[in-house]
Amino acid sequence: MVVDVRGVHYAVGGRPIFAGLDVQVRRGRITAIMGPSGTGKTTLLKLITAQIAADRGEVRVRGEDLAALSRSEIYALRKRMGMLFQNGALLTDMDVFENVAFPVREHTNLPEALIRKLVLTKLQAVGLRGAAELMPAELSGGMARRVALARAVVMDPEMLIYDEPFVGLDPISLGVIMRLIKHMNEALGITSIVVSHDVRELATIAHDSYLLSGGRVAAAGAPEQLRASDSPAVRQFMTGSEDGPVAFHYPAPDYATQLFAADES
Amino acid sequence: MIAAVGNGFILEGVRQLGSVAIFLVRLLGECVPALRRPRLIVHQIYNAGARSLIIIMLSGLFVGMVLGLQGYELLQRFGSVEALGTAAALGLLKELAPVVTALLFAGRAGTALTSEIGLMRATDQLTAMEIMAVDPLRHVAAPRFLGGLLAMPLLAAIFSVVGLYGAQLIGVQLMGVDKGVFWSQMQGSVGLHNVTEGVVKSVVFGVACSLIAVHEGYHAAPTAEGVALATTRTVVASSVMTLLLDYMLTAAFL
Repeated sequence: MVVDVRGVHYAVGGRPIFAGLDVQVRRGRITAIMGPSGTGKTTLLKLITAQIAADRGEVRVRGEDLAALSRSEIYALRKRMGMLFQNGALLTDMDVFENVAFPVREHTNLPEALIRKLVLTKLQAVGLRGAAELMPAELSGGMARRVALARAVVMDPEMLIYDEPFVGLDPISLGVIMRLIKHMNEALGITSIVVSHDVRELATIAHDSYLLSGGRVAAAGAPEQLRASDSPAVRQFMTGSEDGPVAFHYPAPDYATQLFAADES
Repeated sequence: MIAAVGNGFILEGVRQLGSVAIFLVRLLGECVPALRRPRLIVHQIYNAGARSLIIIMLSGLFVGMVLGLQGYELLQRFGSVEALGTAAALGLLKELAPVVTALLFAGRAGTALTSEIGLMRATDQLTAMEIMAVDPLRHVAAPRFLGGLLAMPLLAAIFSVVGLYGAQLIGVQLMGVDKGVFWSQMQGSVGLHNVTEGVVKSVVFGVACSLIAVHEGYHAAPTAEGVALATTRTVVASSVMTLLLDYMLTAAFL
């Protein structure tokens, strides 16, 4: 077990996000974390990467309880992780090459020639070796995400975390990113956690999946198992239906009453 | 109610001061490791210093010219226009150069620092560094703090030199004060302690303005409004702090 989240409670400003969350990520597998917007998928990633601490419960990564680790121990643990941010989060004052080289320069004393080879290899893997001298502002969304992926794997991490990797991508970029996630997992044996609400895409690459709802795990298992679930919440999410336990409309007063009240005033 | 508002204001002030103090201690701890990357610091000196040169030189020239005009007009009443060089030099070195440079620095470099770091926060760049096990305080905040701190005395010195040229331009070239008298009076009356006072002030203002700019950017809310508010706070807090510290340092040097 690479990640073990047990009985986690977490609230922001009194509003509970998690109320007894249990999630386990197994080594060498692609685990999908799904759920409607606002269910705390990104918050779960923050807990796993120790950006925030759980109010109650336990988060273990590689067997280590994150709450018991010092700052330097957390940094040591993070060196074994890579993370792909939704917007790429490339450093805007460096070109593509320097962005990918950044973790290597920070954590190693490798000679420049070796860094160059390493970076070009990773950029070749994401198809952007020719874009090495471009600045982040000159990249499209899909290209930025591929550069961020090259940066995330440049230190050969044991675990890769993807935060909404498919959002806003054209079909070609989406296909490329999906193939890359699968390739990283199969060829390099990297444990992957993919947070997304793109059910169809995840179903084709994930080995395990969790559906979060109401601060807990609503369903867990292989994507096919989730699709065959009888639970109304799971069915609504998997089929993208408007009708179901998850309301489309934010709580509001009666529609007709509010419309006529506006006319009278 | 007034008492409650007053208490709230004081509490918020103390909280803010505590936050800045803790940030300063952490920042100083990261400054030593940051010194091992001189390239980053030189880049920040260029950003905060070299890019502020034009505004500093222009302002210095005009302030010096105003000093020349006002000083000449005043000294003429007492028949002592020979003291114009001394008056301009003391005014510039001890007071105007460090203070005006700090105010201009807060408006030009300070806002740039705050908005840059704030936008890095808003676009997850600082979080990305954290996840890559790179402390953004060491890599982003410390070099910018050191860059601003080192740039301020240099800018103040340039302000003084250009200001003196401006005063000389008006006093000697326009008003006809004797060139030899202008410079020799200045040389005779301005001591090293006067220069030291100006240097100490500009270093202290450099620490205060850079610290405020970096702190506000680092703690900006990750939204467009948050970055805008942080930038405004940088200018206001830096300006007020500069004038407050100026009074305290002037009193200390008397």
